[in-house]
Parts: sequence; C-alpha cells; structure tokens
Amino acid sequence: MTRTDPLDVPRPHARLHLGVFFQGVNHWTVWSAPESGSQIDPASFRRVARTAERGLFDAFFLGEGLRLREVDGRIHDLDVAGRPDALTQLAALAAVTRRIGLVSTSNATFNEPADLARRLSGLDLLSAGRAGWNVVTTDNAWTGANFRRGGYLDHADRYRRAEEFLTVARALWDGWEDGAVAGSAGAPAWSAPTAVRQVRHRGPQFDIDLAPTLPRSAQGHPVIFQAGDSGEGRDFAARNADVIFSAHGSDFDDALAFAEDIRRRLRAVGRPDDDLRILPGTEIILGATEAEALEKKRWIRLQQVTPATALGIAGLLWGIDLADHDADGPLPKEDPVITDNDGSFGARRIADPRAVVAEWRAKAAAHGWSLRETVIALGPQRGHVGTPSALANKFAHFVRHGAIDGFNITPYLIPHGLDDIVDLLVPELQERGVYRTEYTGTTLRSHLGLREPLTHRSAAHRQQAG
Amino acid sequence: MPGSALHLAVELDGDGAHPAAWRRAAHSPDQLLTPHRVAHVAAVAENAGFTLITLDDGVLPPGASPDPVGRIGAVERAAFVAASTSTIGIAPVVPVTYAEPFHVAGQLASLDHLSAGRAGWVVAEEDRPAAARAWGRPPVGDATARARESRDGVTVARALWDSWEDDAVIRSVATSRYLDRDRLHYIDFTGETYAVKGPAIVPRPPQGQLVVLGHPDAVPAALLDVALVAGRDRATVAAAASAAGTPLVFAEVEVALDTPDATGAERLADLERHAPWADRGRLRHTGPASRLAALLDELSTVVDGVRLHPLVLDEDLPVLSRLVLPALTERRLVARPLPGTSLRSALGLQRPASRYTVAATQEEAR
Repeated sequence: MTRTDPLDVPRPHARLHLGVFFQGVNHWTVWSAPESGSQIDPASFRRVARTAERGLFDAFFLGEGLRLREVDGRIHDLDVAGRPDALTQLAALAAVTRRIGLVSTSNATFNEPADLARRLSGLDLLSAGRAGWNVVTTDNAWTGANFRRGGYLDHADRYRRAEEFLTVARALWDGWEDGAVAGSAGAPAWSAPTAVRQVRHRGPQFDIDLAPTLPRSAQGHPVIFQAGDSGEGRDFAARNADVIFSAHGSDFDDALAFAEDIRRRLRAVGRPDDDLRILPGTEIILGATEAEALEKKRWIRLQQVTPATALGIAGLLWGIDLADHDADGPLPKEDPVITDNDGSFGARRIADPRAVVAEWRAKAAAHGWSLRETVIALGPQRGHVGTPSALANKFAHFVRHGAIDGFNITPYLIPHGLDDIVDLLVPELQERGVYRTEYTGTTLRSHLGLREPLTHRSAAHRQQAG
Repeated sequence: MPGSALHLAVELDGDGAHPAAWRRAAHSPDQLLTPHRVAHVAAVAENAGFTLITLDDGVLPPGASPDPVGRIGAVERAAFVAASTSTIGIAPVVPVTYAEPFHVAGQLASLDHLSAGRAGWVVAEEDRPAAARAWGRPPVGDATARARESRDGVTVARALWDSWEDDAVIRSVATSRYLDRDRLHYIDFTGETYAVKGPAIVPRPPQGQLVVLGHPDAVPAALLDVALVAGRDRATVAAAASAAGTPLVFAEVEVALDTPDATGAERLADLERHAPWADRGRLRHTGPASRLAALLDELSTVVDGVRLHPLVLDEDLPVLSRLVLPALTERRLVARPLPGTSLRSALGLQRPASRYTVAATQEEAR
C-alpha cells in the first residue's frame, strides 16, 4: 500500500454513527426564521425522528431540564423553551418509527430507580429494544426546589448517586431471567416461580427492596449514554457507559486526544478499548459551495446570537447585567465580577472570567469587532461547515483515525433542519463506504455495534475481550 | 341532572379485570408486553366507539409473588397508544403517594400534547407497605396520609398546568424574546410534606387542564372532573353519584359477557378455579349483551358515564364492540368521539382558562 491509499488508516472499515439531538432549550435553535416550527407540537418530533430514520441514523435524542432557566432571578426569555417530558415523548415516537434508537436524558439525582428504571424498561419493550438513557446529574438546590427531596446533593456525590442508581437499575433490568414468561396460556403460572429475583439494595443513596416488574428487552438493557467531561465524568463513563456524548468533535487533534484518553481509561477499568462509542455533539452547516456554506453560517449565527442574546451571553461572562449596553458597540469597560453558579443557567462554569474577558478584549481590538461579533466569533464553536463532499471526506478521516465514532447532530432549525444532511451528506458518506446503506439490526445496541450489557458478560469473557 | 348521552370508558390493563384473565387470553403470556399487543387492544377499543381508555398501574407488579405478571408503566403505554390512535381519550392510572408531582405533571402534560388533547389522569394510591420499600421512602401509612399526598399531588399538577399561560410563547422577533416571562408563573406550592416552586417545563396542555378522574373518598371533589363511584346496585350507585359533588360521575361496572363459545358465568367459573375475582363493591354484570345494554340504559339516568372492567379483554371486548356499543349507539345513548375533539369536549367539559390569566384579566378590569 502507498501512503495515498485511502485504506491505509488505523480503522479502514470504521463506520460513522449518527444521532440527532432535538434540543428544545438554548440559543442554538433558531426560532425567528419563517421556517422555524413548533417546539412542542408532536408533528415536529415525528418529522425529525422520521427524517433521521430515513437517513439510517442510530438514534433520536431528547434532552431534559427540570427547571426553567433564569438570569438574575428572572426567567430567561430569549431562547426556545418549553418541551415535553423526554421519556413520554419517546414512548409515542416508538409507535411511529421502526428502527431508530430513542434516547432519553433523565436525571439520576431527582429520580428514583424503581420508577425511572421501570419507565426505561417500558420504553425498551415498546420500541422492541431501541431505548437509551443519557445519565445526567444535578448538584444544585435551585433545581431541587421543584422536588419532594428538595435541597442539595453535594457536587462530589452526584456521580456516586448516579453510579449507585445504575447498579440498582441493572439489577432491576436483570431481575427476570430470559424465558421467565410463559410461552402458552396453558402454563401453570404467568411467570416461572423462581425466575424473578427480588432486588434488595442498601447503600448510601438507596435503601430499597422491590420486585422488578418487567422482563428484558431484545437488547438486554437500555444503552447507557453519558456526557460528563471532567476527569470524574470520564471515569464514570469508562466504568458505566456505552456511548459518550462528548464536546470534542470539531478539531481533529482535540477529538483524537479525547478518544485516546477514553480508551486509556477503558483499559484501566478492564474493558476493551473499543467498548464505547464516542459521539460528539455537533452542528453541521451545508452549502453547495464552501462560500455558500460560510455565508449560511454567518446568517445562522446572526439568528442565534441576536443583540439581546449577545448581551445575555456577555452578561454571564462578566457576571453583571449588560442589558443596557449596545451589542453592536464595543466590549463593556467594566471588570468581570466573579459570582457563584447556582445552576440557574445550566451547569456552565467559567473557570477564570478575567482571563476570558482579557482574551476577548485583545481579539476584539485586533479585529475591530463589536460585542456581538466577538460573542459570535469566540463563543463555543461546535460545528462543521462545508460542502457535503468536503465534510464527508473530513468525517471519513475523523472516523478512520479513531478520533470519533460519529456525531450527535444538533439541527439549528426544527423540524426541517435535518433534511439536507439526510438528502445530501448521507449519500456522500455512503459513497465513501463510511456509512450504512441499510439497517442490519433492529436494536439500538445492534446499530451501535455494542457488546452485550456489562452485567451479562462473564468474568472470563471480559478478560478475554480486554 | 346528567344529559342523555352516556360516556363509556373501558379499563384495558393486562389481559382483563380478573387476576387469571391471561389463561383465557387469545395470545400467550409472552406476547402481553409487546408493542403489537398494546396497540391492538387500544385500536379495538377506539374502533368500538369508547370515549376513554384507562390503564391501571402501580410500582408493584400486579400478580402476587412468586407469580408476578409484567406491566409496562401506564404513562409509557398511554403515550404509545396516543400515537397509534386518533380519537379516543387515554387516561393512565398514576398514583402520587410517592411519585414526584413535578415529574407526573410534566409526563401528563406531555401526554396531552402528543395526543392533541385526549389525555386524562386517574388518580390512585399506593396503599401497600411494599410500595414504600420499592420507592425507598418512609411509608405513607394511613388513609388520611395517602389522601393528603393525592390532594397535594393533584393540586401541584393543576397549578403547574396553569403556570404557562396559553400565549406564553410570543416569538417576538422585534424584541428578540421567545417567551413573555410575565405569562410564566411560579406556583410556590408549600404542603405539609414538600414544596414545589415551578413553573412547569412543559407548556400548558392543549386542554388547559387534563381530565382528572378519581374516587371521591380519596381525592377532594373540587380537584376532580370525574368521580369514579362504586356500588353493588343501582340505588347505591345513585346515592354515591348524587353525593359526589364533581362535574361528572362515572359508575364502575365489571362485566363477564356471554360469548358465542361460553356464557359469562361459565367463563367466570373457569377462571375462579385459579384465583378469586376480588369483590371491590362494584356493580357486576354476568350474562348476555342485551342485559348489559339495558343496565347501562338504566344507569344513564343516575350517572354521566360508566367505566367497564371486562373479565377477559380478548373475550369481552369483541362482544362489547359487536353487540353492546352498536345497540347503545343506535338508541343515541352513546356517541363515538368526533375526530379532532379533545377529551374535555367529548365529555362536555369546558376548557378552563389558566388561573393566572383569569387573575391578570380581573386585575386589568379593576
């Protein structure tokens, strides 16, 4: 083989896995365009899920928020908000889709295993093995104000609770032996008398004793997703997750470094280093030419970052209310104020606002940017922009070098934001042999090429696989 | 005085109301928890012309150990059924004895959105100590405490459903605002055992308020749209109905109908060999379809609707579908829901304005 052989890469046969994330909250969803549809009408969810299924995506993904976001004690009014309960919406989508995975973001802090594990099992059975759970945690009393348990779970305890939650959930999912349910109405009992095991668990977070209510689905367990990016979060994922929904998918070197780090952590806990799929969240902006794609990106950014949104984002960085400033004028003269994050605008923590502001000022001065232009240029950049052909080449390179396993795509328009990706990008990927041309399995676990659930593997198998 | 129309609801959990119903089901037990089965039973009920499906539930499996029967959560089944039907109302049974009212309110509001306004809620209780151990919570021990949890749970859910005014999403491009924050409201509920801040995550349900059904001895009448009343005879039902104090009253009626293959009595006797059909103090009709139609006709003078509990779904639903509902429809005693109407409007209930919209309007008028 020569160096120009496209198959002379670490993973010549790797396939890209795509998911779609219907976000529902935050400024990345453009609501002001005439094409912007409803964020709550069931037709919007059906449209996106069916488009993704037409594009042979692995998964349709819903987020969760347990309190409406606030800024300075007032409800944030600039972004899309108001969304359905994820699991309930997905159970409906199970009836109108056939193959695509259905992934619910559900909180391990403000749920109990008896309830949530059962709801996930129900989704898994109703979809015949297509359910996934994106495990998230909360550590603030602000969210707790909506719940019986209320109060505050210490930051350090949030992963401990999530891990203990997963232990109990897995025991519940394993509570019924395969074949426990009778195969004929003439059987002596509905379920075999010894085939259902009571789950008794006593730990720091849970003290419970219950009978699991449901048998396993076609995929064994719901697929576990996780998104934490801290060292603690990555270790949690290495021990527990099947898929990481990462923030490292725009820059190749950054993505590869993240993937190498995850593989190292997997080996450290005795799992095969290909046991986990890495799907960074990304925006994809397509154009017929490079110039057209860049022009489209400019338009999208201006819709996403309105003058008011620019002032809002800058206000969070500065820690002061900048609503009276001019977004099209220069950066605020004030020094940033360090404030505590109470969780009311998400988990975002800016480690050193003074350093970020200094960087913003330097770059704005160098380019002559207004505040709004600075927010657009220096805000989080999680996207790929280009022609379908160029992006297909780029993604083939990413996946064949093991930097990612695919993407969780965040459309900027609902419900049609996925159309050009499915119509134009997917065929280019298929042509390059990095994307499926049909579903070969029926379960989410099978689409993702995952092994059986962690608790179903014998110790010997685990060693051998590692 | 109830109007002429009788609203018919049917309970569709498992294989039927009898604990041994699965032995006479038309499918094997391992088919009960499949998407096909869940959708099929709902489709039969919708095509028959019922106004409402209810789906029983609880944290504990319905069968007693060591022979538990599997059961998918009622909210998940209801959502799945909503997407595969088009006119019938769907009301999952959801106890709030231990559940988080904020979650329950959001799930039910979502069900109303994805069914385009066909959702209801049957408020129930978890009364077994094992439920507390399953949830990992201190037991809510006596009837008074359980009633308190139901009352507070419904109060919170109803407040959360109002917490987004109908027109809270303004999409004001000129001012960059997607929401009018003045049309979103903190509910600031504080009860004896917990507090809930609000507002909801889910925008106001299409019906404004879901149709809430429950037993008047367990949930305050002021919080219910429909009282579900028991009683072994018409006179007891009539007395319970007149005492209910709710906009509508439905009688609970258990049915074991004669089928082409066996009488209701024979089918019941067959199942009683395996397990008893517990007496819940409800009307019970065992016999031919024509006599059930006559009973329902009589009941229509004392209640607004009836919830049927069929002995075996696969045996009794076809008889209801072929004989009972057509007979009642011909007499204009029952009417199938019109396409595109909400459950509230099918039941003749008004769509309430949000309490916060009402308050704002009153403030302006002052």
